[in-house]
Amino acid sequence: MQSTSLSSSDLPPSWVDQVKSQLTDGEEVLSWLETDLDARLHFSSGLVIITDRRLLSKPSIDASWQDWSYRQGLILTRRDHAGIGSLELSDANSLLARWRYTLINDISASRLIERFMYQLGYQLTGELPPLSNQVLCPKCHSVIDSPLPPGQEECSLCNREINTPPSTWTLFRLWRFARPYRWRLLGGFLLTLGSTAATLVPPYMTMPLMDNVLIPYQNGKPIDNDLVTFYLSGLFGAAILAWALGWARTYVLALVSERIGADLRTATYEHLLKLSQEYFGGKRTGDLMARIGSETDRINIFISLHLLDFATDMLMIIMTAAILVSINPWLALVTLLPLPIIAWLIHVVRDRLRTGFEKVDRIWAEVTNVLADTIPGMRVVKAFAQEKREASRFRATNQHNLEVNDRVNRIWSLFTPTVTLLTEIGLLVVWIFGIWQVSEDAISVGVLTAFLAYISRFYLRLDSMSRIVSFTQKAAAGTKRIFEILDQTSSVPEPANPVHLPTVTGRIELRGVGFRYGTRSVTRGISVTIEPGEMVGLVGHSGSGKSTLVNLICRFYDVTEGAILIDGVDIRSLPVAEYRKHVGLVLQEPFLFFGTIAENIAYGKPDATRGEIVAAARAAHAHEFILRLPHGYDSLAGERGQSLSGGERQRISIARALLIDPRILILDEATSSVDTTTEKEIQKALDNLVRGRTTIAIAHRLSTLRDANRLIVLDRGSIVEVGNHDELMAQAGHYFNLYQAQARNVDTEDDLHRQDITLKMAEGRI
Amino acid sequence: MTEPDFQLSRNAFGKLIFIGPDGCPHEGVVPVRAFPIAAPDQGIAIIDPQGYELAWIDSLDDLSDELRTLIQSELSSRDFMPEIKRIIGVSSFATPCNWQVETDRGLTTFILKGEENIRRLAPPSLLITESHGIHFLIRDRFGLDHHSRKILDRFL
Repeated sequence: MQSTSLSSSDLPPSWVDQVKSQLTDGEEVLSWLETDLDARLHFSSGLVIITDRRLLSKPSIDASWQDWSYRQGLILTRRDHAGIGSLELSDANSLLARWRYTLINDISASRLIERFMYQLGYQLTGELPPLSNQVLCPKCHSVIDSPLPPGQEECSLCNREINTPPSTWTLFRLWRFARPYRWRLLGGFLLTLGSTAATLVPPYMTMPLMDNVLIPYQNGKPIDNDLVTFYLSGLFGAAILAWALGWARTYVLALVSERIGADLRTATYEHLLKLSQEYFGGKRTGDLMARIGSETDRINIFISLHLLDFATDMLMIIMTAAILVSINPWLALVTLLPLPIIAWLIHVVRDRLRTGFEKVDRIWAEVTNVLADTIPGMRVVKAFAQEKREASRFRATNQHNLEVNDRVNRIWSLFTPTVTLLTEIGLLVVWIFGIWQVSEDAISVGVLTAFLAYISRFYLRLDSMSRIVSFTQKAAAGTKRIFEILDQTSSVPEPANPVHLPTVTGRIELRGVGFRYGTRSVTRGISVTIEPGEMVGLVGHSGSGKSTLVNLICRFYDVTEGAILIDGVDIRSLPVAEYRKHVGLVLQEPFLFFGTIAENIAYGKPDATRGEIVAAARAAHAHEFILRLPHGYDSLAGERGQSLSGGERQRISIARALLIDPRILILDEATSSVDTTTEKEIQKALDNLVRGRTTIAIAHRLSTLRDANRLIVLDRGSIVEVGNHDELMAQAGHYFNLYQAQARNVDTEDDLHRQDITLKMAEGRI
Repeated sequence: MTEPDFQLSRNAFGKLIFIGPDGCPHEGVVPVRAFPIAAPDQGIAIIDPQGYELAWIDSLDDLSDELRTLIQSELSSRDFMPEIKRIIGVSSFATPCNWQVETDRGLTTFILKGEENIRRLAPPSLLITESHGIHFLIRDRFGLDHHSRKILDRFL
């Protein structure tokens, strides 16, 4: 192991000079920790340094430097509570110093302690104790438990800290989904161009109709029938052309946008499926459903209708402006005068509306959430007669929804009439200027009529264009929320250079495994090796970390410290789906999907033959009861398999696990939710399942773990005892207490009560 | 004021020693607030290092001054919930984003992972959980200055 000495340039830049002034000649900085809290827990930056001679520290900005040389009995420890860590230096008699930091620095703290104890040992004994076969991450220098796979340059710890906010130009990110359709989009755009041009012909025709036909007639000339026919057929032709082109472009673009929407929805859902269990733990179902369902639909409508309208309007305005200028530049100038004012108005309202609509979306998700929370728990609501409270909760959310909408509508309702008013004023200006010009003989009546015909359309478009503001904002808000899902990286990342394990023997090794959920550290320093084919039972109170350990082994979460190895390979370097194929899971509450029993059994292996399905069902002792069902294997298992009993559902889930033939089997309280008779049947099914596989079983009823080769007793996230039933009983420790408590109180599932007894027994023995 | 049936003292290592009615000492006990937000001065449990409850204090006011100061000093060195006084700026209105805030414990920055990490407590209080799990409290969101309120409003 190399003795990594840090050059002072590795220190945080703000500290380099100060530290240099403190160091004596040849003194070498080995490790450092930047603390961000002072003794009163105020934010203040401090530094703790370990050199080859001493521990040096400046606890806060205005404190002075302190140091402690290496001597016998010094010890450096760290603890954490509620998001703050404390690092304590003490000797045999008392506490010497205490530093505090937020857990962002926890990795550096553990590195610092390790370095300190290592150096202390060296100073006292004069020899360098070998560091265990630990490897340092090349990026953050933290200790990792197995070498990184080639090609991967950072460990999972430094990976996790990257957290860049997404850009706000979210709508443009939709291009990723529009790209495959770019040629069709271009076609649609050209059609738009053509159809818009066609709609601009009729007002142009009014000019010669007025000047060459109607005005001469009023002045006593007869009507030229041929000319009239020519102009009118021109009008009709333009209308027909505009109709045909308009139909084609709407169809093409609607087709494309529908596909973009579908792609977006699928991509979001696929991405969602890849995210880790951790993500789903922090999200509410209603919110996610609203995002995938209605948000994508809103984006879809935006692209197919509003964006299209907007493009048409823009083209219309540009073309109209060009035509107006070509007819009479001065009149055109006056006509277009209100345009910048309206544009400014739109800009002002835009910001307010966007935040408003974001709020509306969020509150809408909130409404869905209340429903999604309550409907599955309807039995509880009814049992405790809390319908009124739930109704009032819903009403309150709805009320909030109303308030937010009211606020948005207040701005919104003012906006549209203002645009209309400006339109009318604009028309008035054109009338005034036009009449004056006609009286001066600068323009003909026909030109004025054409202008009025154009700008009444023109402002009409401007009015509808102003509407695009709200639709764009709504779509942008929706896009943002969709991309929030798409931007989530799984906290269980796929390895950059995956290692493939075609066959697995099922040897599981846990090396110093720790897991932290938020600020709460759930498991700490768990090291154990499970041999192929061995059955291990996990025992402990609720909250002792059994399920967490199983979740870590299944890789629903990634460890925060240490590593889990299967056949000597870190599970983080295996492709997630490939790894899970080797793991079979039977849960306490088996989840049956909507579909036939056969489909449910074959869930993990959709291409299984009927023979395989039946064989798996037989082995799981499910065959007979399935045959008793009206449609046998083709019977429908409802949303949660309501028509089946708990034991029956459990046996189906055992058959499911049997069918994929995993090397590693995890039974998470597989028999806890059924009565003892059913348990015996399930136990028979389980015996078939367990045979020859590495099995990890969690069970409340210790009697079901009698067959386990070894029992691992967990307490508050650490292993306290390991051994088989007889050994552990002989030790008269934790397991003994648990077992005694259960033997005395066979049917008490109440954990608190049991803990209480254990505690009393423990005290009684003292 | 009722005298509690236990004694509490601090040793040279800065650890609290608890001696209960049975006279048996426990080292390294910690006081824990049962309702840190709703009722910080009521319902405080003394917990041993294994997590078992040793004693329950209904209200800090019931204690002698000496005992109360001891428990309060231990609580204040453990309970870390900075109260946001002013929001200086956010890097983006889309999450995750960096927040720069002024708290009762000085200036700091944190990362907000998602809007759902802003929890509504009993109005007008809000609780913001940052990416590392530290909670920031906003006691009265209507009492903040205009700039802070405007920023906050974008996330609610």
